[in-house]
Amino acid sequence: MTTRRNFLKGCLAGGAAAAAAAVPEAASARETHQRPPEALGLLYDATLCVGCKACVAACKQANDNPAEFSTVDKLWDTPLDTSGYTFNLIKMYRNGTSETKDAEENGYAFMKTSCMHCADPSCVSACPVSAMTKDPKTGIVAYDPEACIGCRYCVAACPFGIPKYQYDSPTGQIGKCQLCRHRYKDGHYSACAEVCPTGATLYGKTSDLLAEAKRRLALKPGTWTKYPRGRIDGPDQSYEGQVGTYVQHVYGETEYGGTQVLKLSAVNFEKVGMPSLPPESAAATSETIQHSLYGGLIMPIAVLGALTFVAKRNVAPGEEDKQGGE
Amino acid sequence: MAGHQHAAPAPVGGGLLNTTTFVCGVLIAVMLSILLVRFLFGLGAVTNLNDGYPWGLWIVADVVVGSAFACGGFSVALLVYIFNRGEYHPLVRPALLASLFGYTLAGVGVIFDLGRWWNFWHIFWPGYSNPNSVMFEVALCISTYIVVMWLEFSPTFFEKFGMKDAKRKLNKVLFFLVALGTVLPMMHQSSLGTLLVVMGSQINPLWQTPAVPLLYLLTAITVGYGVVLFESCVASSAYRREIEMHLLKPMAKVMLGMLAAYLVVRFGDLVVRGALGNAFKANLEAFVFWVEMILFVLPFVLIGSAESRENPARLFLAGLSIMLGAIFLRLNGFLIGYDTGAGWHYFPSVAEMLVTAGMFAIEVLGYILITRRFPVLPRAEATAAY
Amino acid sequence: MANTSLIKLEHDTRIDAAAERLSMSRREFLQFCAALATTLGLPQGADAAVAEAVAAKRRPSVIWLHFQECTGCSESMLRAEHPTLEKLILDVISLDYHETLFAAAGHQVEAARLDAMKANKGQYVLVVEGAIPTKDNGVYCKIGGKTAIELVKECAADAAAVIAIGSCASWGGMPSTDPNPTGASGVAKVLGKPVVTIPGCPPNPYNFLSTVVHFLTFGKLPEVDQLGRPKFAYSRLIHENCERRAHFDAGRFAMEFGDEGHRKGYCLYKLGCKGPETYANCSVLLFGDAGAGTWPVACGHPCIGCTEQGVGFQKPIHTVAKLKNIEPNIQFPHIAEEKGIGANLGSAAVLAAVAGAAAGGAAMVARNLGLSHKAEQMEEARKDEQPAKKSAEA
Repeated sequence: MTTRRNFLKGCLAGGAAAAAAAVPEAASARETHQRPPEALGLLYDATLCVGCKACVAACKQANDNPAEFSTVDKLWDTPLDTSGYTFNLIKMYRNGTSETKDAEENGYAFMKTSCMHCADPSCVSACPVSAMTKDPKTGIVAYDPEACIGCRYCVAACPFGIPKYQYDSPTGQIGKCQLCRHRYKDGHYSACAEVCPTGATLYGKTSDLLAEAKRRLALKPGTWTKYPRGRIDGPDQSYEGQVGTYVQHVYGETEYGGTQVLKLSAVNFEKVGMPSLPPESAAATSETIQHSLYGGLIMPIAVLGALTFVAKRNVAPGEEDKQGGE
Repeated sequence: MAGHQHAAPAPVGGGLLNTTTFVCGVLIAVMLSILLVRFLFGLGAVTNLNDGYPWGLWIVADVVVGSAFACGGFSVALLVYIFNRGEYHPLVRPALLASLFGYTLAGVGVIFDLGRWWNFWHIFWPGYSNPNSVMFEVALCISTYIVVMWLEFSPTFFEKFGMKDAKRKLNKVLFFLVALGTVLPMMHQSSLGTLLVVMGSQINPLWQTPAVPLLYLLTAITVGYGVVLFESCVASSAYRREIEMHLLKPMAKVMLGMLAAYLVVRFGDLVVRGALGNAFKANLEAFVFWVEMILFVLPFVLIGSAESRENPARLFLAGLSIMLGAIFLRLNGFLIGYDTGAGWHYFPSVAEMLVTAGMFAIEVLGYILITRRFPVLPRAEATAAY
Repeated sequence: MANTSLIKLEHDTRIDAAAERLSMSRREFLQFCAALATTLGLPQGADAAVAEAVAAKRRPSVIWLHFQECTGCSESMLRAEHPTLEKLILDVISLDYHETLFAAAGHQVEAARLDAMKANKGQYVLVVEGAIPTKDNGVYCKIGGKTAIELVKECAADAAAVIAIGSCASWGGMPSTDPNPTGASGVAKVLGKPVVTIPGCPPNPYNFLSTVVHFLTFGKLPEVDQLGRPKFAYSRLIHENCERRAHFDAGRFAMEFGDEGHRKGYCLYKLGCKGPETYANCSVLLFGDAGAGTWPVACGHPCIGCTEQGVGFQKPIHTVAKLKNIEPNIQFPHIAEEKGIGANLGSAAVLAAVAGAAAGGAAMVARNLGLSHKAEQMEEARKDEQPAKKSAEA
């Protein structure tokens, strides 16, 4: 017999899970991760970039990637975007007559597209099989094709559209910048920074790079200053250069809890393809919900217990037998 | 429960070869040949998937929508066993069967879409697991739920093959399976929505909300009833059986209650987050948002009054409306409202659509096959409509 | 119209005479004329016109002034080995005044200048080498009692054309480097009108010679840019045609003199090469006719931008150049490129067909259900009616 009491009890059990989903517990909220102190990264200064694409070529070589063609002659490596085979690309902003470099109107500007190595990466949070990992020391977001199941959740999750899949292969992998971590043992560092002729791409500890970026922002445009090249803590390869008219913002300082790759630009960041992101990461929100609901499996087990209790009363043993067996 | 006496389920009987099954067979054959190309030459060979839209028709339609449609079993079980409304018991088996197919195919469909499918077992291997990942939870829950559902449904096979002993043993733990079979879909149906959260601002604010798990859970339960309405009507129409109006009518009322709860949460969430303004922009996202909303509100118009619930055509259309609403909610969140940056385009290729059609054909064929040969549908009375 | 066929010059004795005069074989002379025509970027057939002009026309009278300079420009003309350009300077043109080449001196040579100017009034070519000091009324450079300003104005008045050779004459060059104590300026600024400039330190002799020969052949000076530079020579950046360009594009750079990259001939950009901001044809024409690879960049030294005002003698030699673009390369991908496959007729039609079929099926089911519902209701109504009738009868 359906009693009112039983019905209400069921309502309670069923509603518990639903209610919990709506109100994530504040106590278990997962904070947005910050960069590890020894985090490695790059500083890309668009005002220094001359668009020589040396970094694009060096990246292809360092990662053993094939050329990609977008022109009919198929002579030169001309990818239109980063892909499963292109981990680094210089894109160009154009406006009007494209006369002046680093001008927002009637100008043009370059922007490097590669992994930002987020402090709190969405791809790492998304990956179900730990194929995307963040090194606790260097903070490099690395990819392990042996673990990957190819679900492409990382591709969907990344706000910068960085992990890319090789759709043309039956054994396709995810392709993304790993800051040339495979070249460290030979004393090398990120190939893009190694070859950059103007120091537009600079390699080093993100804390150092952030200080360098802020130093540049504080300078008066048009004055001369020293620009380091290669790696910020490496042998001096600096040169004198003129200070650009920077947008007063270090992209990556706070976005999604900060990124290890930082960017400076003279053109509005959104116009050069860098999305406007809050200081709280999506990964933190997602994991807060996830752990509020499933942390230690407490909630599912509690609900399961309650439902088992209710079901035990409502599923009469042998009832199926009686009905089906007739 | 003892108060309710129902006709025991029985096979419908009849021939297996007819136009419907033949068409299904052809669609399945086409699907298999497309999948052969996919596994030999990669996803790009048959799909229009790209890095701007890494998830396309297969994931959104076959898995996210497909599994929601397969919530009939869960929703009815919730009603029957948890809320102890035994009168709906005859609906359990057919609903469970549809769920079984829906989920099993969703599980198989995922494999087609996985770029490195041979590593799929990593999901179950502790060394690889990432409990922070929503996808990990979804994959684990769906896989477990498929197993649980087969166990729940196994009495049907035991009956057919006369394995009384096995059936008796299973019945002893059935209550636990029922409970598990209720918790698991709650977990992953809500998590299917949570999948969107980590995508952050790439999802239009109309569908990106911390309340998204609740929205998906509520629609999953609601659509579960909608699917039962739909299926019962189609099955009776196709098999020329009498419709279980005495069950569908009150169930439709339950469904409307769930739907009302959903709409309150949905609009409340939009208002609280201040995202409602996005619904009044002149863009595709706002348009599909209103299509979605109209489809969710339509059932109130169709079967709002007790009188209108007497009409099976209206029940059928209400069920259909909810299903379409659920399709739009998921499609809007995962594809139309997803924008990873300017310049990306995606529209499913013909091959992708044919595979989805093939999956649907398997479901239909399987349903026909099993209902005709196994005791699923309630034994038909002589007083059929035709 | 000038002759455009070398065949017509087959038995032209003037050609042989001109070749002999220049100590060349006939073949060498024609090759030389073809090279000049090519340097000028003239169309096919111009070689014949040039040859005919050089061989037959009256040598133009040239007056060559020297001011604040090192005579490097004249020197580079003389150093050219093949063909012997000093012969050419003396024989192709009629060099009527040149302070360093003239054996004569003093009043004698000044008289020669005045004579030539008088004899060829309105027809002679004035070449100016060196910057003109303008500070303190130009007292820092005087020749024969006249300041450079006075001299250049005097000579330019009746000249058919004025050519400023070298960076100094073009825009002030090295003497004008900050703090520019003498107020060194270019010819155009002093004359207050545009002149043809052949900047470079020193300029490529061919660029000067080609300009002169253009004047000789066609009676007018070649097309120039807004700085008076002949477009045939100064319209492209050195970087554009640099033999080391491939290394720049591939990111292979010499980091310091003598390192591995430097020895391998990698790009000198990081050593301060100004090729990317300097307009000149050095990378095409090379320099000095001393054989392949003889120009600064090929020798392993970065370009110092000697032809470019504001670069040469202004920017430190090892400061990285600012990359100039005539217009940005179209090959760069846009920030957002169109990617992926949207709806096409086929896929949209299939989806529409599926949706249509589903809608049709749903409509059929709904109709059937509706009809049977109506039938049931009518049946019930009939049933209800019957008892009602019975009771009424009763």
